[in-house]
Amino acid sequence: MQALFSQLVAGLSLGSILLLAALGLALTFGQMGVINMAHGEFMMAGAYTAFVAQGFIADAGVSLLLAIPIGFLVGGVMGVILEATLIRRMYHRPLDTLLVTWGVALILQQAARDIFGAPNVDVRAPTWLSGSVNLGVAQVPAARLFILALAVAAVVGLSLLLKATPLGRRIRAVVQNRDLAETVGVSTRSTDRLTFFIGSGLAGIAGVALTLLGSTGPTLGTSYIVDAFLVVVAGGIGQIRGAVIAAFGLGLLQATFEYSTTASIAKVMVFVVVVVFLQIRPQGIFSVRTRSLA
Amino acid sequence: MTALAGKLAGRLPEKLTANSGALLGFVLGALVLLVVAPAVLSDFRLSLLGRFVCFAIVAVGIGLAWGRGGMLTLGQGVFFGLGGYVMAMHLKLADAGPSGVPDFMRLYGSGQLPFWWEPFRSPVVTLLGVVLIPALVAFGLGAAIFRRRVRGAYFAILSQALAVAFATLLTGQVATIGGFNGLNGFRSFFGYNLFDPVNKRMLFYIAAVTLLVMLLIVWQLYRSRYGELLIAVRDQEERVRFLGYDPANIKIVAYVLAAAMAGIAGALFVPLVGIISPANVGVVASIAFVIGVAIGGRATLFGPALGALVVAYAQTTLSESFPSFWTYFQGALFVLVVAFLPGGLSSLVSVRRRQRADAQPSSTEPPSPVQRVEADGPPPPEPLSGVPAGSETSR
Repeated sequence: MQALFSQLVAGLSLGSILLLAALGLALTFGQMGVINMAHGEFMMAGAYTAFVAQGFIADAGVSLLLAIPIGFLVGGVMGVILEATLIRRMYHRPLDTLLVTWGVALILQQAARDIFGAPNVDVRAPTWLSGSVNLGVAQVPAARLFILALAVAAVVGLSLLLKATPLGRRIRAVVQNRDLAETVGVSTRSTDRLTFFIGSGLAGIAGVALTLLGSTGPTLGTSYIVDAFLVVVAGGIGQIRGAVIAAFGLGLLQATFEYSTTASIAKVMVFVVVVVFLQIRPQGIFSVRTRSLA
Repeated sequence: MTALAGKLAGRLPEKLTANSGALLGFVLGALVLLVVAPAVLSDFRLSLLGRFVCFAIVAVGIGLAWGRGGMLTLGQGVFFGLGGYVMAMHLKLADAGPSGVPDFMRLYGSGQLPFWWEPFRSPVVTLLGVVLIPALVAFGLGAAIFRRRVRGAYFAILSQALAVAFATLLTGQVATIGGFNGLNGFRSFFGYNLFDPVNKRMLFYIAAVTLLVMLLIVWQLYRSRYGELLIAVRDQEERVRFLGYDPANIKIVAYVLAAAMAGIAGALFVPLVGIISPANVGVVASIAFVIGVAIGGRATLFGPALGALVVAYAQTTLSESFPSFWTYFQGALFVLVVAFLPGGLSSLVSVRRRQRADAQPSSTEPPSPVQRVEADGPPPPEPLSGVPAGSETSR
C-alpha cells in the first residue's frame, strides 16, 4: 500500500511536469500543426527567468511567484518573434518547420551558454516549498505538490480561455476549419500569433516550475522536448484533455516501470507502449474529426 | 561536377544526359576518393575523411527515405548505433581472445559475458548482424507505423523518441555495453592490427568503396519504377493508394534500406574512429545526419553525400577552433537552408542551369520532369515535405 501510494505520487508528479511541458505544444502543434522544437528552449528561457528574478529579489518566494508571469511573457514574446519571422512562412511545410526550429533551438542553447555560462545554475526554493507535506500515507515533497497545482491551474486556465472567451472561440474555430473561419471573418493571422504567444508562454511557466526540481542548464529543454512531443502524439491533436490524460498516463507508466526495472529500461518500455498504442488508435486518444484526407 | 553535366546537357539526348551526368559523377567521385585523396592526404587526415565517408553513407540512406520518400527520419543514429555496436562487440570479443571477456566488464560488472554477446564471436554472424539487425528493427517499426498510416510529423517524432530511448538504454547499461563511455580501445579488425597505418588506409578504401556502392544502388533505385513510386508516395500518398498500390510497402522498403545503410556505416565507423558511444546514436547525432542531407539537396543523387561530407568537414575544422561559433553556424545553416533553400545547395546549380537554358530556348529543350529528378537536378518544386496537397487548404 505504502509502495503503491508512493508510486502513484511519483507518477502524478512526473505526469504534471510532462503536462506543463506538453500543454503549450498541444496548443501550437494541435492548433497549427507546427512542430516547434524550440519549445524546450522557451522552457529553458523560463527557467533562466526564475534565476535572474532571484538575482533582483532577495526573497525566494516572492521572486518565484513573480517569475511565473514574467516567464510566461518571456516565453510568449520569444514565441511570437519566432512565429513572425520564420514559422509564418512555413505553415505548409510542417517537417521543414521541425528542422528550422531545431536550428533556432541550437542557437538559443548556445546563446544561453554564452550568457549564463555552461555550468548549471541553481534557483533557491523558498522555505515553504523546501519541506515535504504529510498526506497521511506518505510524505510528499512540497515542490512537487506545487508543480501539480501549477499544472492543474494551467489546464483550468487554458480550458477557460478556450471555452469562455472570444479568443478561445476563434482558436477553436480555426482548429476545426481554418478556411471557414477565415470566411466568416476570423483573422486567422492574428489568431495564430496569439495562439503561439500563449503556447510558448506556457513553456515559460513550465521552465519556472522545473527550477524547483533541479538545476538549470542550457540543455534543460532538450531533455523534456521529446517526451513532451510523445505526450501530444499519444494524446491526439487539437484537444487539451488528450494531452492531460496522456501526460498522467505516461507519467504513471514511467513510474511503474521504473519501480520494477531501471529508469533507462522504463523509458524504452514507455516508447514501446506509445508505438503499440498508436497501432490501436493512430490518431491518439482524442482527435478532432475533420473531413480532410491528411 | 553538376556544372560539367550541365554543359553536356545541351548536346546529348535527354535520357543519355541524365545517365552520363550521374556516371560522370561516379567517375569523379571514385577518382577523388580512391586516387586523389589517398595520394594527397596524410594518414591522420585520411582516416578523418574515412569518418566523414561513414556519415555520407548514412546521408545517402536519409536522402532515399526523406528526400525521395518524404519520411523525415530523426532516428538514423539508432541504426548507425546498432551496426556500430554489433561490430564493436565483435572487435571487443576478438581482442579478448577465444574464451575471454572484454576488459570493461571485469571493471564494472561481474566479469560474466551476457548471453546476447555470444553470437558476435563469429565474424559471419557479425557481418550479417551489421546489416540485418538494423534492417529488422526498421522493418518492425516501419511496418507498425506505416501500416497504421502514421506519417509526417508523427513519424518524425516517433523516430526521434526511438533515438532518445535507445541512447538512454545504452547509457544505463554500464556493465554489459559500456554505458556512457561506450565501447572503445579496439586493437584489431578481423585479425588486422588497427595500429598499423597500412590497415588504417585499407579501412578507408573499404569505406570509400562502400559509399560508391551505396550510391550505385540508390541510383539504380531512382531510375527504376520503384523510384517513381516512391516519389509518388511522397507527393500524393492517397492517390497512389487509390491507384491500387500499398504505400506502406513502398515506404518500408526505403526505410529498411536507409536503416541498413546506417548500420553498415556504423560498422565501418567503429574500426575507423575507435569508439562508439551513446553520443553517436542520440537525438543530437541523429539530427546532425539530417543537416548535411538538407544542405546538399535532399532529393538529389549526390547531394546528400556531398552535403554530409562538407558539413562534417566544416564541423571538424570550425568546432576545433571556435566551438561556440560552430553551434551558431550550424543552427543558422538549419534555419537558412531549410527555410529559404529547401532544395539544398544543388538547387542553386540547377537554377542557374535552367536560367541558362531559358536564355537560349532554341538550343536546349527544357528537361522533362522525370529526367530532372533522375539527374543531379532540382527536386520537384511542390510538396517537398511529403504533405499531401489536400492538406494545404488547411494551411
